[in-house]
Amino acid sequence: MAMLEIKDLHAWYGASHILHGVSIAVGQGEVVALVGRNGAGKTTTIRSIMGLMPRMTGNISFAGTDLMTLQAHQRFRLGLAYVPEDRRIVPGLTVRENLQLGLVASHAGINERDAIDEIAESFPRLKERLDQEGATMSGGEQQMLAIARAMIAKPKMILLDEPSEGIMPVLVEEMGVLFRRLRDQGVTLLLVEQNVEWALRLADRAVIIDQGEVVHESSSAALLADKAIQERYCAV
Amino acid sequence: MDAELILIQLFSGVALGAILVITALGLSIIFGMLGVVNFAHGALFMVGAYGGLWVASLTGSFWWGLLVAPIMIGLFGMIIEWLLVRPLYGRSVDDPLLLTFGLSYVLVEAVRIVFGNDGIPFPTPSQLTGVANLGIGYFPIYRLFVIVVVAVVLLLLWLALEKTKFGLIVRAGARDPTIMRVLGVNISKVWLLVFGVGVGLAALGGVLAGPMRTVNPEMGSLVLIEAFVVTVIGGLGSLLGSVVAGLLVGIAISMTALFAPELGTIVMFALMALILLVRPRGLFGKTA
Ligand SMILES: Nc1ncnc2c1ncn2[C@@H]1O[C@H](COP(=O)(O)OP(=O)(O)O)[C@@H](O)[C@H]1O
Ligand SMILES: [Mg+2]
Repeated sequence: MAMLEIKDLHAWYGASHILHGVSIAVGQGEVVALVGRNGAGKTTTIRSIMGLMPRMTGNISFAGTDLMTLQAHQRFRLGLAYVPEDRRIVPGLTVRENLQLGLVASHAGINERDAIDEIAESFPRLKERLDQEGATMSGGEQQMLAIARAMIAKPKMILLDEPSEGIMPVLVEEMGVLFRRLRDQGVTLLLVEQNVEWALRLADRAVIIDQGEVVHESSSAALLADKAIQERYCAV
Repeated sequence: MDAELILIQLFSGVALGAILVITALGLSIIFGMLGVVNFAHGALFMVGAYGGLWVASLTGSFWWGLLVAPIMIGLFGMIIEWLLVRPLYGRSVDDPLLLTFGLSYVLVEAVRIVFGNDGIPFPTPSQLTGVANLGIGYFPIYRLFVIVVVAVVLLLLWLALEKTKFGLIVRAGARDPTIMRVLGVNISKVWLLVFGVGVGLAALGGVLAGPMRTVNPEMGSLVLIEAFVVTVIGGLGSLLGSVVAGLLVGIAISMTALFAPELGTIVMFALMALILLVRPRGLFGKTA
């Protein structure tokens, strides 16, 4: 059974019909890269999965639960975490407090201090800055914080919207290592990326979306080799 | 004019300011968190005063009035949020503004029907009548009490906001409700509680103010204006700003009363104009 299954998803912003029947399945423990050019509908797809679109139809299920009737906070509580494109580090809060936000909804089983210590080990850059205001850090560090905040409650699946965008190469490398480790731990990832090569090297499978429709699906190795399709759908 | 009189008046200003602080804080919390300009805040202050009086006369104890009325009216505030304000989220900011504006008239008329048009005296509880000698002068005990209650409530609010998980959710939710939702927080519930607390603070202000004046159905309208002035001077959404500005306005009104009683309201606006000239976003307003 798929961890995440999207069937015939349509989504609208006001009167503009953005997604036209998207179907994507992501298996348990799988890493899927969702690519496509700017404006193709990648962010809209992720926002639909999280329940943030004003209007949508179709079917989305996660770990066997129908998501369509659930609100965003209920989806998170099923183990579905989201790292938005714009990171959304809350201004005025320290790095530690931003991490705590990742835990406020988890009721039992997680000791806050232990969880923060543990996550700080995976993110040495954050460890040094726990008491600094999160929003004053560099873009890359904020991205790391957004990922750490999404990971801290140990979700089953993480939706990542262009995590490598505008980030120093060193940090992109670190992020790649982190994602591999997450996959080894059995966390399912849906990775939206413009940095196609990097994403394909991390992913098991690739889905290309164009003008609100899925236009290609294959193993990432196959897409990595197929320059023509990359050219056609992913060139800027 | 002798120094003691000035001192007593200054002290009165602090007591008056304390009530403004607590009332304006309610307004500021609701605005900061929900983006709702609560035009019913003054009317809820008035309902608080009547509620306190009513519970006090039923139970024969001011203390029950002080404790129960703000809680009851806070719960009433939650019903208002749930029933009336919530359907308006995501629409133009004018909608909740008009709604609460209309609600304030309904509340005033309802109180008029139940309690009548005339002012009702709110007796000072016997334990708090008289004056106390603080070494520098004699001060009315009830006003001292008001200052202490407000200080305690402020401390509790501060602790709740800065030291608890719920406080963290409220602070973060005021900045970015969407991220809170995708982190598993049912933000509607948070808004419901925050609205209730804000309204409860207005009601508490009303109960506390009761014994310092007569209680009448119109008493909320000036308070609403004063609370707005305080939040503007303090900087919209800044809680510390509301505290400082509330005391400032209270003292300004009180000191003016000593020299030119008829200028009490004008001096508040003059102060606001002056401060906005120097700091357009208020004393503690954040720039952009
Ligand atoms: N808030 C919005 N309101 C209206 N249209 C939007 C909004 N956000 C995105 N769109 C439109 O939806 C389409 C898909 O956008 P998006 O999902 O963000 O693409 P991607 O993430 O693949 O770059 C684009 O044509 C974009 O202009
Ligand atoms: Mg996007």
